[in-house]
Amino acid sequence: MSLLKLPGVSAAVLVLVLLLVWQTTFVICGPMAIASPAATFAYLAGHWQDLGTHVWATGQAFLVALAIAVVGGLVIGLLTGLGATAAETAEPLLLAANSIPKIALYPVVLLLFGIGLPAKIAFGAIHGIIPVAIFTMNACRAAPPVLLKTATVLRLSPMDRMRSVLLPSALPGVLTGVRLGFSLTLIGTILGEMFGSQSGLGYLLMTSIGLQNTDIIMAVTVLLIAFAASVSTALLSWERRLRRMR
Amino acid sequence: MSRVTVYRILAVAIPIALVELACRVGWMGRMTLPPPSEMALGLYAILKSGRMAGAILETLRNVLVALGGSVVVGVAAGALIHAIAPVRRVLEPLFSTYYAVPIYGFYPLFIVMFGLGDKPEILIGFMLAVVAVITATLNGLDGVPKVLLKTARVLRLGPLRAAWTVTLPYAAADLFTGVKLAVAYSFIGVIGAEFIMSQSGLGYEIRYAYDNLDNAVMYPLILLVLVVAVAVNMTLDAWDRALRARRGAGQGARR
Repeated sequence: MSLLKLPGVSAAVLVLVLLLVWQTTFVICGPMAIASPAATFAYLAGHWQDLGTHVWATGQAFLVALAIAVVGGLVIGLLTGLGATAAETAEPLLLAANSIPKIALYPVVLLLFGIGLPAKIAFGAIHGIIPVAIFTMNACRAAPPVLLKTATVLRLSPMDRMRSVLLPSALPGVLTGVRLGFSLTLIGTILGEMFGSQSGLGYLLMTSIGLQNTDIIMAVTVLLIAFAASVSTALLSWERRLRRMR
Repeated sequence: MSRVTVYRILAVAIPIALVELACRVGWMGRMTLPPPSEMALGLYAILKSGRMAGAILETLRNVLVALGGSVVVGVAAGALIHAIAPVRRVLEPLFSTYYAVPIYGFYPLFIVMFGLGDKPEILIGFMLAVVAVITATLNGLDGVPKVLLKTARVLRLGPLRAAWTVTLPYAAADLFTGVKLAVAYSFIGVIGAEFIMSQSGLGYEIRYAYDNLDNAVMYPLILLVLVVAVAVNMTLDAWDRALRARRGAGQGARR
């Protein structure tokens, strides 16, 4: 049991448990419903070049969407986090915007941007921008008052105040938002590709659903989970290190 | 009305007014975006005619089933995981990366397993919501002061009575936050699944109207989804704040 306290060991146990659940599901439901772990990894090994072009298409859209979500979220969060009235005004609105099923907005995005890369990017970005904004705003509001008073005493301009006091103090909270924003932007981009797109992992998922090709469905799912889980874990450990430093 | 309320109303009303203006003046094509006032009138007409009532009720029912399941299973699983430390240690990384996993990726799998219909949609909503409830339950149980648990033991309360009279009331605020998230996630999951692939429900109707370029139906229905999601969220949020304020008032004495 003490072995489990090592982070690597518990993660390995988790991966083993998930693989076991996967294999069991395969044994119960059969190859029509789900590809076995062995078949999925064989597919990944055999077709990584075909998958590569789709990964590249998704990757491009995702990176631009993520940049928009992070920068936009930071700007909204910092602006609303500057004062109590602004934050109080914005918080319920941002929380409500966060609870909207964004997929319902998909037709609007398509009509505004047309089919193609811009629509994918826009759909990814609207998923990610709000969590970044909410966490940035709350992290700014939680900044220790003594720091803010020091900034006032030093007569910092609003820009300097934001850059050298508010942002560094809010960084761990901002990272939480970026971590959530990262995963939501990824989901948004994939969803955006599922309709009205000719390339990317979302497109591949959607066509494989139509063809009931469980090998591809599971291969894409595994790729996405592996990517999302590793980036999210890295961001989480960075965030924890920052919090410990305080 | 407080100043903040006025600001909030302005923050919503001004953008809507600008969109209305852009549509009326003709900067925005009618096929791209009809004026918000027309969407609202269209929604009124659709609701009055009752032709979407079946789809709306079906979606609401599926959301409720997903929500109920996720709350019951989530609280029970949370309590169990809280009690067994090694299980928690193994599962913790799963919870912290769970929302990075595109759950919709499993939708095709669920369709193959359960067939097209309510079950895979409910399952997606459930899967999105349940982990938020588990995490909230763990948070809530972590926050119960040891002294209260000791008091319960001194008073020889059985495990069920201790849970009912001590743990649950104390963890209620955190649990409620979990339920609030679960409501949003069930909505997002069910409507998303209906939109991606299904034969009925609100998400399907929006998709169908979109595929047929039927803006007169599509935009009012999108508006309906937005209004319902925002209204439910704001109501729950207000309760959440009240619950926390009440607990916060007694906090000093407890710590």
